[in-house]
Amino acid sequence: MQYIALASETDFNGWRQAARDLMLRAVQPADVAWSVRGRAPELFETSAAPPVAAAQGGFNVPAKFIELARTAILHRDPQRFALLYRLLWRLRSHPDLMHIATDHDVARVQAMARAVHRDQHKMEAFVRFREIGREPHNRFVAWFEPEHHIVEATAPFFMRRFADMAWSILTPDVCAHWDGHAISITPGVDRATAPSQDRLEETWRTYYASIFNPARLKVKAMQSEMPQKYWRNLPEARLIKALITEAGRRSGEMIATAATEPRKPQRREEPVMTEHSAKTTGETLDTLRAEAADCRACHLWKDATQTVFGEGPRRAPLMLVGEQPGDKEDLAGKPFVGPAGQMLDRALQDAGIDRDKVYVTNAVKHFKFVPRGKIRLHQKPTTAEINACRPWYERERAAIQPALVVALGATAAQSVFGRITPINKTRGRLIELDQHTQALVTVHPSYLLRLPDPDAKAREYDRFVDDLKIAAALLRRLARAA
Amino acid sequence: MDVERKLEILADAAKYDASCASSGTEKRDSRDGKGLGSTAPGMGICHSYAPDGRCISLLKILLTNACNYDCLYCVNRTSSNVPRARFTVDEVVKLTLDFYRRNYIEGLFLSSGIIRSANYTMEQVVRVARSLREDHHFRGYIHLKTIPEADDALITEAGKYADRLSINIELPEATSLAKLAPEKDVRAIRRTMGRLRLKLDEANEARRAPSSRQARPPRFAPAGQSTQMIVGADAATDQSILNTSANLYGSYNLKRVYYSAFSPIPDASRHLPLKPPPLVREHRLYQADWLMRFYGFAADEIVDEANTMLALEIDPKLAWALRHRERFPLDVNRASREELLRVPGFGRKAVDRIIATRRHAALRAADLSRLHIPRSKALPFIVLSDHRPAPQLLDSARLIERFRPRAEQLGFGF
Repeated sequence: MQYIALASETDFNGWRQAARDLMLRAVQPADVAWSVRGRAPELFETSAAPPVAAAQGGFNVPAKFIELARTAILHRDPQRFALLYRLLWRLRSHPDLMHIATDHDVARVQAMARAVHRDQHKMEAFVRFREIGREPHNRFVAWFEPEHHIVEATAPFFMRRFADMAWSILTPDVCAHWDGHAISITPGVDRATAPSQDRLEETWRTYYASIFNPARLKVKAMQSEMPQKYWRNLPEARLIKALITEAGRRSGEMIATAATEPRKPQRREEPVMTEHSAKTTGETLDTLRAEAADCRACHLWKDATQTVFGEGPRRAPLMLVGEQPGDKEDLAGKPFVGPAGQMLDRALQDAGIDRDKVYVTNAVKHFKFVPRGKIRLHQKPTTAEINACRPWYERERAAIQPALVVALGATAAQSVFGRITPINKTRGRLIELDQHTQALVTVHPSYLLRLPDPDAKAREYDRFVDDLKIAAALLRRLARAA
Repeated sequence: MDVERKLEILADAAKYDASCASSGTEKRDSRDGKGLGSTAPGMGICHSYAPDGRCISLLKILLTNACNYDCLYCVNRTSSNVPRARFTVDEVVKLTLDFYRRNYIEGLFLSSGIIRSANYTMEQVVRVARSLREDHHFRGYIHLKTIPEADDALITEAGKYADRLSINIELPEATSLAKLAPEKDVRAIRRTMGRLRLKLDEANEARRAPSSRQARPPRFAPAGQSTQMIVGADAATDQSILNTSANLYGSYNLKRVYYSAFSPIPDASRHLPLKPPPLVREHRLYQADWLMRFYGFAADEIVDEANTMLALEIDPKLAWALRHRERFPLDVNRASREELLRVPGFGRKAVDRIIATRRHAALRAADLSRLHIPRSKALPFIVLSDHRPAPQLLDSARLIERFRPRAEQLGFGF
C-alpha cells in the first residue's frame, strides 16, 4: 500500500505530482491511500513511508481532465483524490473516456465539479460584507460557511470586484483577505470573530420586503435556489417566514378591497410627446406622411415597426418607386437605406443622377415578413396589399407632380400602372402616364443582389444603369427647357 | 420623507417588472484600483430570492412613481391613490454603491414614471447612470428603462452607460393596449425598439471589426434590449402572446421577452380582472419561449388555431410530442441533434452529452439518469440499445394520462 499525504485540502499540484509519479511506477489505484496532512483523525502513519525517488518519463492526459480535476478536487468528499486517480488510471487505456458522460467515474467527477461550481456561485452571491469603521478608515468583513473547499478559488472574484476596498471573508476552514495589493489566506476562525451587524442591513431588509410580491407565492422556487442552510448568514432571511405567513392575507385584501375613487389626474406641466402633433400642419406631404403613419388599410401594419413613407424634395422631377421596405428600412423608418438602397445609390451615381433631387418611395409602405428566429424573411406583397396601399402612392405623386416616375420591379409597376405589368415587355422605354408625367419600368435593385453569377450580375447592373440613363437624359432635357 | 420610506414606496412600485437579469454583458472589473465593481461573465448572479421565487440581482427601483399615464394594470397610474415619492439622483447613486459594497446586488435597474415629458424623464434616468459611471467609476451592471420617443441623443447616452436597455410592450395586442393604457402608443414603442436595434447592430459590427480605421461608434448596451408582456390582464391567447414574441425576437433581436402574470395590485382599477391568472400559465409561456429560442421550434408549432392556449398540466414540448406521435419513437443512438432536441425531457446539455457519448458508447436505458433525463417522461418516445417502447404505447389514447400530474396537496415545504 502507498500512502500519500497532500499538503492541504486544495493541494492540486501535490496531487498531480503524486498521481504522475504513481502512474509512472504503475501503482494500481487500489494500492494507494490518500489523505491530507493534519486532517484529524490521522488514519495512518504517513511519515513511515520514505519518499520514493521521482520516476522518470511522462505521459499526456486530455486538457479536459485537468480542468475537471482542478475543480473536483475542491469537493469535500474525502474519496475525491482516489476517485481522480482511478479516472486518470483508466484514461491511459481509454483515451476517449472523458467524452463518455455515462461512465460511472466520469459522471461522479462531473457531479463533484458541478457541486463545487454551484458552491462557488453561491459564495459569490451570498457573502454579505459588514462595514467596520467609517470611510476612509473602514474595512468590510463577511462570515461565510462554504460547503466545499472553495475559499481560495473564489477569493479572486471578490478581488476583481472590490479592488478599492479592504475586505476579509472569514470561514471555519480558511479566511481570505484583501488589502488593496494582494490576497492572503489565513486559518479558519470561529463565527464570533465576525462582526454581527451593519448600518445598511435595515435598509436592505426594507428593500427585500418591498420588492416581494405577496400575490405570487413560490416558496419552493425560492428554496431551490436559496436553500435554508444559507439563511442564517443572510440578513434578509429573518423576514422570510413572516412574509410568507402574511402573504395570503395581503393579497386577499388587495382582491377584496374595492377600488377607491380614482384620484384626479395630475396636471401635466407640458403635454407629453408634442413632437409629432406639431409637425402635422403645413405642407401636404407632411400631412400625408402623418396620416399614413396610422394607416390600417391592410393588416401589414400589425407586424411591422412603422409606415415607411417616401422621402425627398417636395418638387422632385423624378420619383422612384420600389416594392416595399426591408428589414433595415422598417427599423429606420426611411426608404432604401438597406443593401438594395446602397445598390440603388451606386447605380444612380453611375447614371449621373443626384439622389438628393429624387423622391424615393415604395408601392407598399409596410414591411411584409415572417419571423424565423433572429431574422425576418421578406414576403412578396399580394395584389390586395398593393391595391390597399396604392392611394398613398397616388397622393404622393399628386403632391409632387414629378415629370418621370421610375417603377423598380414588378410590384412597383403594378402600382404605377394599376394593373399587373410584366417588366421585360415594358422596361427601358418612356410610357406616358398623363399629360404631365411619363413612366419608366426597370428591375428592382434587390434583383441584382440576388443574382449568384458575377458575370450576370455585372451585365444586369449595366442594363439597370442604362435604364436609369434614360431617366437622366429626360431630366437634362427638362432642365434645359425650363 | 427619509430615504428608507422612499425605498419602500419606489421598490414596491418597481416590483411588477419581472426582469432582474444581470447576464450577458461585457467583462469588466476594478483591478485598476480606480473604481468599484465587476461583471460576472456569462451568467448573472442572483444575490437573494424573495418568497415569490424571483431572483434579486439588481436594486430595482423607480426614480419616481409619479406618472402622467393612466395605464389601468399599473400600480403607479395617475388615478391610483398609492403614496408617491421621488428619489434624488444622489440618493439613488449612494444607495446603489452602499448596497453594492456589501455584496447585496449586481447593480441597478432604474425605471421611472413619466413626468413632464419623455425627454425630461429619460434625462433624469440617464443622469443617475452618468453619475455612477463617470463620478464613481462604477463597473457593475446597469439596466435602464428606455422611454419611448425620447430623443436619439438621450438614447445614445443611455446606451453608453447601460448594460441593458428595455422598453415594455406591455400587452400582445395593440387593441388591448389602447384600451388599458390609453397614453401608450404601440407604434412609438416599436419605433424605439427599432432604433435600439440599429444602434445595437452598429456597436456589434464595430466590436467584430476592431481594426477598422473609421471612427468607432460608441459603446451601446452590450447586454442588448429586452421587453415584458403582462399575461392575463386582457383576453389575449397564448397564441397571440407567442406570435408577438416571435415577431419581437425577429424584428428587434431582443435578448429576452419577460412574461409577467398579471397580479392583484393595491388600489386596483375597476376595469381589470380581480383574480390573477394561474402562475403556471406564466411558467408554460417561458417554456414555450425557450423552445422557440433554443430548441428550433416555430411559434406555430407550439400553438395554432386548434390549440390557442398552452396546456397547463403538461409542458409544451410534451404536448407537441403527443400531437406528433408519428415522429416517435426516435432512436437516440442515431437521431440528429435537431430531432433529439424535440424529445420530451431532453434538455440542451443532455443532447450535447448524448452526441459526445454515442460516438464512443451506445446509450442504454440505465444511462438516462446519469444524463439527468427523467426516465418516465422520455422512455415512451425513444429507442435505446436495450429499450423500445411497447408498439401500442404511442398509439394509446391513455398516453397523456401517464403525464398528467396526480392531485397533490398544496403546501409549503418547510
